[in-house]
Amino acid sequence: MSKILIRGAKVLGGEPQDVLIDGSVIAEVGVGLPADGAEVVEADGKVLLPGLVDLHTHLREPGREDSETVLTGTRAAASGGYTAVFAMANTFPVADTAGVVEQVYRLGQEHGYCDVQPIGAVTVGLEGRKLAELGAMHESAAGVTVFSDDGKCVDDAVIMRRALEYVKAFGGVVAQHAQEPRLTEGAQMNEGVVSAELGLGGWPAVAEESIIARDVLLAEHVGSRVHICHLSTAGSVEIVRWAKSRGIDVTAEVTPHHLLLTDELVRSYNPVYKVNPPLRTERDVLALREALADGTIDIVATDHAPHPHEDKDCEWAAAAMGMVGLETALSVVQETMVETGLLDWAGVADRMSVKPAKIGQAAGHGRPVSAGEPANLTLVDTAYRGSVDPAGFASRSRNTPYEGRELPGRVTHTWLRGKATLVDGKLT
Amino acid sequence: MQRHLISAADLTRDDAVLILDTAEEMARVADRPIKKLPTLRGRTIVNLFFEDSTRTRISFEAAEKRLSADVINFTAKGSSVSKGESLKDTAQTLEAMGVDAVVIRHGASGAPYRLATSGWIDAAVINAGDGTHQHPTQALLDAFTMRRRLVGRDAGLGQDLSGKRITIVGDVLHSRVARSNVDLLHTLGAEVTLVAPPTLVPVGVDAWPCGISYDLDSTLAKSDAVMMLRVQRERMNAAFFPTEREYSRRYGLDGDRMARMPEHAIVMHPGPMVRGMEITAEVADSDRCTVVEQVANGVSIRMAVLYLLLGGNEPAVTHTRTIEEK
Repeated sequence: MSKILIRGAKVLGGEPQDVLIDGSVIAEVGVGLPADGAEVVEADGKVLLPGLVDLHTHLREPGREDSETVLTGTRAAASGGYTAVFAMANTFPVADTAGVVEQVYRLGQEHGYCDVQPIGAVTVGLEGRKLAELGAMHESAAGVTVFSDDGKCVDDAVIMRRALEYVKAFGGVVAQHAQEPRLTEGAQMNEGVVSAELGLGGWPAVAEESIIARDVLLAEHVGSRVHICHLSTAGSVEIVRWAKSRGIDVTAEVTPHHLLLTDELVRSYNPVYKVNPPLRTERDVLALREALADGTIDIVATDHAPHPHEDKDCEWAAAAMGMVGLETALSVVQETMVETGLLDWAGVADRMSVKPAKIGQAAGHGRPVSAGEPANLTLVDTAYRGSVDPAGFASRSRNTPYEGRELPGRVTHTWLRGKATLVDGKLT
Repeated sequence: MQRHLISAADLTRDDAVLILDTAEEMARVADRPIKKLPTLRGRTIVNLFFEDSTRTRISFEAAEKRLSADVINFTAKGSSVSKGESLKDTAQTLEAMGVDAVVIRHGASGAPYRLATSGWIDAAVINAGDGTHQHPTQALLDAFTMRRRLVGRDAGLGQDLSGKRITIVGDVLHSRVARSNVDLLHTLGAEVTLVAPPTLVPVGVDAWPCGISYDLDSTLAKSDAVMMLRVQRERMNAAFFPTEREYSRRYGLDGDRMARMPEHAIVMHPGPMVRGMEITAEVADSDRCTVVEQVANGVSIRMAVLYLLLGGNEPAVTHTRTIEEK
């Protein structure tokens, strides 16, 4: 296979170095490496990171190929600098059997834009009543280790307990969508000052916090590992912080949009801002940023949720919940975490690649940028400034809250095991 | 510039007073043998009702017809709105037919705002009630009723409701009437107190320009008007309150309570009333109860709003709400 020399890249934001890729691995990292027949990519001081890993992506295939497919979703991922994504189970049919997860896994391998690791449903049909065949999904070709009913909360305490216990047999983890269902009946947005004024059904913070509190206690009781999806409130941060201080094996994620946007935007009644969990307040946003910086929140995950135009071009109550995120995630993190001084680029690599790969056990991802490691890499032009134009998205859907908004940074190159998936901002 | 009436919060004090003053003029039309003005002749107004409300629809229809507008009633209840396309598609159909104004009633909060701001339509949009959000013409007719009763029919012209103390009682949580009234009455200088069991007060209400009390008895003596809201019996089953009788004992308005109100104070209700639970027959049928006047005043107010939006020379009602200014 061919050689590629990335010249003058700030590896993890450090001093400029050269990185030589030989075949699928990194051959050498150093200063002044000779080209020696390799294809040269002039990095010009761009930041080189390990390929990003998203623990929370909705690829919609099978079933909603009008929103997204494994192909379009992984192309969006490569555009955003990702080399691996975990595909959520809420497809049609639900990914609750070995057959469905193998199909999604195989499509990812065939398309080759990034590794697709399916997430298996915790319960049959996401209905919360009967455990899905977790072991069979783990033993399938897809090798599922992360299980989630995302979109729905595993609200039955006994089912949640059993799932946590059961996955211990093969080192799995249950990723919980923390939403107490009774407290969120008819919920349309964050419950607070804005919902009171707009007359939209409130989604109270306590509906998230009470489930997280319950689940960390369950995880402690059965000695298992639990992951909290898209944590969104200051109170949730406090509970996770407490649980970690107590030695409970809990990890948590935050989405880029919860690091940047607040429920004030809902005043526009524009459903592009409708997401679950809902956009919260400024106070929550600041608490989430701080928690991501200090490690209480382990990772950034996109919750990339593509929807066709007609599901958003309507009145708020009728609109689907969710936002696309793969192609803007790194820019939002740069704006909210790097440019605010909360996190350096090594910290970004940790929260967006190393830790998510570790939680999801994605072999070969989230590795150091050093000789002998798989060449899963992302090159970022951090000096770039430009407004977001959804027309250029690789995702099949355009439901971004950032249309026309200026965000910093742009991924210019992505390599998956030495093979370029994105070159000069263009998909290969 | 496109002009709409989406929220009572969009009205300035001067806008609101102009509408009330105009409504006084419109009310005089009702006293004539021929209750009709040529003002909106040749204009087409659609009453687009996605939710049942015979009272509000008839009130708008009467107002439109008294102004000689061409009226189309479109009742969309029962048609599929589950995916929302029908609002947009319906709007564009109406637009293609050259409609000048759309009076919209919708079960979803924000639907009229979307209609007015999404570029689906150029017609003026008048909110006739959206979800649990707003019902601005109801607030205007309530303010009109208060001004007539508490300030005076002629003495009230040009006046607002400065210093008047208004108590609004009942299911604030689910009430667009309460939200609209708090906004408008505050703009008009009144002091508003909401009274309800804590379960029927929204979280976040502390940001509203009004007081909150859980105790009806303590507010009666200092109220110039007590506005009773409709309480749906279903709320009881959803555990908002234990029983109908307990609600009635704590928050119902009966003769004893009415007797503790100041002599001049009035009792209001947006209707339809649940007699025996939120209000006793004795109170509902008393001279102090303005329910029937409110209905009559509704037509005058809606004539005024339509006139000012579509026929008046002055831009009296301007839709100004933006995210930035909030």
